[in-house]
Amino acid sequence: MDITLTINGKSYSQDVEPRLLLIHFVRDVAGLTGTHMGCETSLCGACTVELNGKAIKSCTMFAVQAKGADIVTVEGLASDGKLDPMQEAFWNEHGLQCGFCTPGMIMASKQILDRNPAPTEDEIRHGLEGNVCRCTGYQHIVNAVKAAAAGAGK
Amino acid sequence: MATTTVKTETFVGKRIRRREDPRLITGTATYVEDVQMPGMHYAVILRSPHAAARIRSIDTKQAVAAPGVVCVFTGKDIKGVGAVPCGIAMPDLRVPPHTILATDRVYFVGHPIAVVVARDRYLARDAADLIEVDYQVLPAVADPEKALAKVVKQRIVSQRLVPMAMETRGVVAEWHGADRQLNLYTSTQIPHLVRTLVAGMLGLEENRMRVIAPEVGGGFGSKLNVYAEEALTGYVSMKIQKPVKWIESRRENFTCTIHGRGHVDFYEIAAKRDGTILGIKLKLIQDVGAYHQLLTPLIPQLSVLMMPGLYNTQNIRADIVGVFTNCVPTDAYRGAGRPEATHGIERMVDMLAAELQMDPAEIRLKNFVTKDKFPYPTATGLVYDSGDYATPLKKALDLVGYHKLRQEQADARKQSKYMGIGISTYGEICAIGPSPATPAGGWESATVKIEPSGKVTIMTGACPHGQGEETTFAQIAADELGVGLDDILVLRGDTAVVQYGIGTFGSRATAVGGSALYYALQDLKAKIKKFGAMLLESEDVTLTGGKVICNKTGNSKSLQEIAGATYRALKLPPNTEPGLMATRFWEPPNFTFPFGAHIVVTDIDGETGQIKIRRYVAVDDCGNILNPLIVDGQVHGGVAQGLGQALWEQAVYDDNGQLITGELMDYAVPRSHMMPWIESHHTCTPSPVNPLGVKGVGEAGTIGCSPAVVNSVVDALSPLGVRHIDMPLTPEKIWKLLATKN
Repeated sequence: MDITLTINGKSYSQDVEPRLLLIHFVRDVAGLTGTHMGCETSLCGACTVELNGKAIKSCTMFAVQAKGADIVTVEGLASDGKLDPMQEAFWNEHGLQCGFCTPGMIMASKQILDRNPAPTEDEIRHGLEGNVCRCTGYQHIVNAVKAAAAGAGK
Repeated sequence: MATTTVKTETFVGKRIRRREDPRLITGTATYVEDVQMPGMHYAVILRSPHAAARIRSIDTKQAVAAPGVVCVFTGKDIKGVGAVPCGIAMPDLRVPPHTILATDRVYFVGHPIAVVVARDRYLARDAADLIEVDYQVLPAVADPEKALAKVVKQRIVSQRLVPMAMETRGVVAEWHGADRQLNLYTSTQIPHLVRTLVAGMLGLEENRMRVIAPEVGGGFGSKLNVYAEEALTGYVSMKIQKPVKWIESRRENFTCTIHGRGHVDFYEIAAKRDGTILGIKLKLIQDVGAYHQLLTPLIPQLSVLMMPGLYNTQNIRADIVGVFTNCVPTDAYRGAGRPEATHGIERMVDMLAAELQMDPAEIRLKNFVTKDKFPYPTATGLVYDSGDYATPLKKALDLVGYHKLRQEQADARKQSKYMGIGISTYGEICAIGPSPATPAGGWESATVKIEPSGKVTIMTGACPHGQGEETTFAQIAADELGVGLDDILVLRGDTAVVQYGIGTFGSRATAVGGSALYYALQDLKAKIKKFGAMLLESEDVTLTGGKVICNKTGNSKSLQEIAGATYRALKLPPNTEPGLMATRFWEPPNFTFPFGAHIVVTDIDGETGQIKIRRYVAVDDCGNILNPLIVDGQVHGGVAQGLGQALWEQAVYDDNGQLITGELMDYAVPRSHMMPWIESHHTCTPSPVNPLGVKGVGEAGTIGCSPAVVNSVVDALSPLGVRHIDMPLTPEKIWKLLATKN
């Protein structure tokens, strides 16, 4: 099937098999390998991207379902060498260790603030329920989201 | 962030954000799956659905003919490849032959049977489904105790756990036939050992093989191994003369990557009426799984070494019984033997306190090896390097407000509320380790090059994969040389770039690898001073702040000027070679022994059995701290894995050897909303074993955590006569217990 979709502001057109997963379109067709496959079952959130403004798990969506969509991946966050405030916050607060969950974690964290600019710790923790990190114990990630929220509120 | 080259600024001991992070937060890091090559082929492995079976026949005809398929190999097709290695030699250790693909028998669910290679990953998976295997299913043994006679003692289980690194394993193999060169990208903690052992399996000269551990997405011990798939992917690439990629699925990661723990322990502890511990006895049943992987037989031995914990007793007896089961092998998982030992002794000490009606803090303080006894030789043959065990416990008791909490608990009990206070005081064996005590070398290597421009390149034999040594090693070098962090680059994980090294595991990278770096820097500093003295025409010089300064005239030469002079070599100091590079292989004289105290306060809902952690106080002593931000991260992550074991995680095989917790849907790893706030504090008792005074902190959280949690819950339920509960403490288990006891 011929599909066209936009990733990080750039248009990609490709004839794809109907069964091609969106994550494989992002990684293999667009060559954007920052989005990671962690579990193939939408349980770990490493593959989280933004699709038409909503955080979704790209491992359990077919590329054809994203036809015409506007997608943002972790590679699309920094512009002109300037990091997104959430990326900066993850860096400052040591919100990552091995880094494998980080792109999905940053996308999910941005979504939390998109929906609620001043979340409580409890709201942050529940907002990240769908994203697994095996390294950090989440505490520094929670700190990063708090710091990003505080920064945006200034 | 401190990145400017301010000469007086020092970096060790500061909360410096990590230098590895920019690539990780922008999605530009390269993990194995991100490695792309022209002509890449994809491998999918067909695995046994049965735990024990005879293979009558395998029919690959349809798979071979399927679209896009290049080849299919079964066990009988593989020729001239050595067995998957076990690195532990012991008298009478039975090591079953472990071929990279099964031939006529399978011994666990997930046992690899055939590999399908196609030009597309979807087509490879399609074709794997077309292979027909005729199995004769045989009875399986999944429970290690069922193979043994019954013993009645206090039985404590450390259940099987799945390491579950976020990045699954993966291999890209690239064979260059004309050069006889195999490049192997693999997600590993030990690239050099993989090269030695996989080259041996494939019959390839070691210098014709290059192993690259690119970005590694977590290991926790599960990538401290040599796996069949590493040799298999290399073999296939050599056969088809194309690059081949194999990426483990999450399901495969659960069923085929090593598990951890898997102990059934029978403990006895003897004490005087005043609480003085007299001796500890243990019979340890280790669920081995179907094979010995690289370090499988070593792990229960680490438990026995750590058996006395922090307590002063010279009477120890232990017997280890290893039981083969039709399950995936167990091996090193964060803590590797020490969490099991700590869980055992810390539970037994609490039971002893209850028996003697003593306070659990008091009985610990009474039995600790005291400060004046170090170095302290244990009955298990270790020598604890340094310690001050009472201080972190007292600090934790103060922080948590112990005496007030006990009063609150007494009041809560009057209202039939379940509130618990649990203490764990742990010790661990880190900085693994002196070579005579380790299966491979226990040293680590470092090379420091100062380039002609004065920029510093470090090559470490350790292989960090999240622990942050690109930052902490830069901090060490920056302070020693008086340069800025931005002047330094740390390289690791590539056998063609880095001199032979051992790797990252056992909380060793900084203590051993950082010490090798320290000594290499001392060599360089001596040479820098020699050249500086020559250039300044003075013997009386000091190296400070990135300059060699003449103490008489105050004239100086910058590191850049000196580095340039060493390479230009117009003039050399006596008996000195050109260039500015040093390599050290540092052999540690002993392990290090970090320690600490964790206190957990719990409230249990009598209606649902739900455990709520009200407070988690951790006081860890890991010696000197190079970067508090990174140490905190290690403690938090370690505690999360300890809590996972204590409360939620368990790899469950049914009687037929089917893993019924084979996905994240069934296997409960901690998620953000399940974690309590961890109050992380420290005491500092430097290690005398290495020049940095560091001890290691990667596993501390995991080791200290689980007994503190279980002790807390048992304490909460003790009015009901509860003495012990095995992990994980699921709400269902607690609810059933409450239903029985009430």
